[in-house]
Amino acid sequence: MGVSSKLGNLGVVTTTLEDAVNWGRTGAMWPLLFGLACCAIEMMSTQASDYDMSRFGMELNRATPRQADLMIVAGRVTRKMAPVVRQLYDQMSDPKWVISMGDCASCGGVYNNYAIVQGVDEIIPVDVYVAGCPPRPEQLIHGVMTLHEKIKGERIQDWAS
Amino acid sequence: MNLIKGFATTFKHVLEEPVTLQYPEQMKPFAERFKGRHHLRRYDNGLEKCIGCALCAAACPADAIWVEAAENSDEQRFSPGERYAKTYEINMLRCIFCGYCEDACPTQAIELGHEHQMSFTDRRDAIYTKTMLIDPVPEGADGTPREVEPGVFTRAIPDMPDAK
Repeated sequence: MGVSSKLGNLGVVTTTLEDAVNWGRTGAMWPLLFGLACCAIEMMSTQASDYDMSRFGMELNRATPRQADLMIVAGRVTRKMAPVVRQLYDQMSDPKWVISMGDCASCGGVYNNYAIVQGVDEIIPVDVYVAGCPPRPEQLIHGVMTLHEKIKGERIQDWAS
Repeated sequence: MNLIKGFATTFKHVLEEPVTLQYPEQMKPFAERFKGRHHLRRYDNGLEKCIGCALCAAACPADAIWVEAAENSDEQRFSPGERYAKTYEINMLRCIFCGYCEDACPTQAIELGHEHQMSFTDRRDAIYTKTMLIDPVPEGADGTPREVEPGVFTRAIPDMPDAK
């Protein structure tokens, strides 16, 4: 839907535009300053000088969801926290992406009980799942690179939806 | 005076080498006992070590492992002994890499390796099947299933030399 159906086949123009926009989106993706459990410690370590996520254009963790592009759900989401996570996600401006970091956020992990949301994708759409308990900084960076690959494959039709 | 002291610290660090690891190109060496992705091992003769006992699944604190066993026969032999693992699946998003499966395994069939780069865009990709986990057949050995002489591989934990 959207632009391409209205304008017809723009071929080269849209392809180049897609590449340029996707390059811009992957090159400066600011994460939300938001950690829930032990995975957040590894997330901080990823942003510290040893691994330095600013090499991927992620120098700033914005403390407000309105300035953030990427939500890294780092840690288990309790049922009580779930509405908060959802609200933070809703407050983020488009385009926005979600990385579910670690086992607990992805599917509950060892916490198979009534208090934990069994996978954060029950409440928000997740783009990349990172395995590990908690994932090493390398694994999180690998997840970020997987997300970059995914974004580079996005087409102009996907933006409008 | 305090100003000079403060700037002295700053300038001291200006001349230091950067500590940042250029991760996708460079890798930090892992500890030898680092626990990453699982491997299902084979004996030197190519038979699978896993006998489908599901002790790993019982030991798993996160219930990440699913084992379904089936009967071996001498015409269709996968592993020594009576049974082999027909289905062996590990959900990498549930696994916490504790290594209890490694400890529980009576034949040292499952071992945790050093591969750690696991991120998925679809959670269904996170379920690693037996074909993804099992080691390649060693050189010069036959694969599985295969036909063997009757009465040779009767013991589930045979006196075969370890693959390593």
